[in-house]
Amino acid sequence: MAEEKKLFKVKIDNISVEVEPGTTILNAARSIGGDVVPPAMCYYSKLQGSGGKCRTCLVKVTKGSEADPRPMPKLVASCRTTVMDGMEVANITSPEVQEARKGVVEFLLLNHPLDCPVCDQAGECDLQNLSYEHGAEATRYEFKRRTFDKIDIGDKIQLHMTRCILCYRCVFTADQLTEKREHGILGRGDASEISTYIHQSLDNNFIGNVIDVCPVGALTDKTFRFKNRVWFLKPVDAHRHCDDPKCCGKTVLWMRGDEVFRVTARKDKYGEVEDFICDTCRFDKKEKSDWIIEGPRKIDRHSVISQGHYVNTVKPKDPLVEVLDGRQPKLLFDIHSTSEVNRPEIDLSKIEGPAHSDDFNK
Amino acid sequence: MQALTNRAKPVDRSPLSFTDKLYVPAIAKGMWITLKHLFKRKATVAFPEQRRQFSPVFRGLHVLNRDEEGRERCTACGLCAVACPAEAITMEAAERKPGEEHLYREEKYAARYEINMLRCIFCGFCEEACPKDAIYMSETFAPSNYQRKGFIYGKPDLLIPDPKQQSK
Repeated sequence: MAEEKKLFKVKIDNISVEVEPGTTILNAARSIGGDVVPPAMCYYSKLQGSGGKCRTCLVKVTKGSEADPRPMPKLVASCRTTVMDGMEVANITSPEVQEARKGVVEFLLLNHPLDCPVCDQAGECDLQNLSYEHGAEATRYEFKRRTFDKIDIGDKIQLHMTRCILCYRCVFTADQLTEKREHGILGRGDASEISTYIHQSLDNNFIGNVIDVCPVGALTDKTFRFKNRVWFLKPVDAHRHCDDPKCCGKTVLWMRGDEVFRVTARKDKYGEVEDFICDTCRFDKKEKSDWIIEGPRKIDRHSVISQGHYVNTVKPKDPLVEVLDGRQPKLLFDIHSTSEVNRPEIDLSKIEGPAHSDDFNK
Repeated sequence: MQALTNRAKPVDRSPLSFTDKLYVPAIAKGMWITLKHLFKRKATVAFPEQRRQFSPVFRGLHVLNRDEEGRERCTACGLCAVACPAEAITMEAAERKPGEEHLYREEKYAARYEINMLRCIFCGFCEEACPKDAIYMSETFAPSNYQRKGFIYGKPDLLIPDPKQQSK
């Protein structure tokens, strides 16, 4: 007879849930779902050892367990604290947690350059969402923000060290997915930075996933750099048969018209990828014919990416063609005859890396 | 048919009387009204010699701003285009090359920037959305044109002149 596992009863924001022993508070909250889930910037359920660094997931434990009902003296990081039987946790119901989270956001933004207008991550950035929901509207920091010497880490991935929040997700990704990790965090404290030590490019297969796991715009896709804003692109689910056994081949194509601007893995509601994809799928398959398109991706309507995406629209019948005996109405003005934008002879998605002035002045 | 309002007046279809048939009194009455208006204050101004004063919040033709050193402020962030309810703004971004630092303020800039003035409704949302103080609405309106193609405003039409080159 199979031994029945004892489940722990946990109460998070007065919602009871039963989870297995050893589950973290964050994952218990995720099994409830909704508003009670603490935000996480560094924890990534698909990467072992992640979490415990950013402290955005702080919660208050108001009752330690059934055996020891004393509350925990300080706020705890919910991604690292495992549940106990009878534990009671306050997340959104505790003003102390909200206040602490506001402080954490201020800390994360201390050295953040706030160059969102330039950053390619804008619109899908976890830090943007976090500071919008939990942060204060101004910083009290008066000193110069830290800067770094720019280093080149290859022709596929762009590193912006000033934007990094040192979540270590990309380090775990390189450790657990690629055959050899070539980058890491150098230096300590204020001076710590993502680097390759001896300058070399990151080109092991699967290293492209660091772009997806990066919660900010520190690691971005160089083949997509400055090509378009994410909210002007149309995300569609697509797949292809990938020869790599580790790669699932299930991706999101970010398209404009028939041009594939960017390929990413599919992300769930917590911003974590569902399955990692290989670098061939991500960087080299930028043709529509490479992919089998499944359909438009569901985007949360609160996201800016959903702007201009209308679902279940019915196109009304054009009566003009009938009235005109099948003749098409005369086009008085073709916008492409005058417009300099979207020239058919310049395919932005085909340019390696970002476009420059000479690409436009051909 | 039921009337929509109670202000409708039935048309008087009774036959014209003798004074009505003369017409002269009615014409004189009309001329009198015309004569009265000759001495009233005019509702129009003699544009373009005379111009009306705009209100300080008037939203006219867009300009793309430069900073004090004459570099373009726009970084092609796309916020004006996403804010635009008429979808009149389109742009294409490019990366600044070494040696172009005197032209563009940030590492990314708008290589192409277009406003379709046929679509624009002059709501001013683009000006409000701009995080870089790059787009402003000036106090003039778009000049008229005989052809539609004259209303696609590109960067040469929108950018303000370089303050450094002007002082030379």
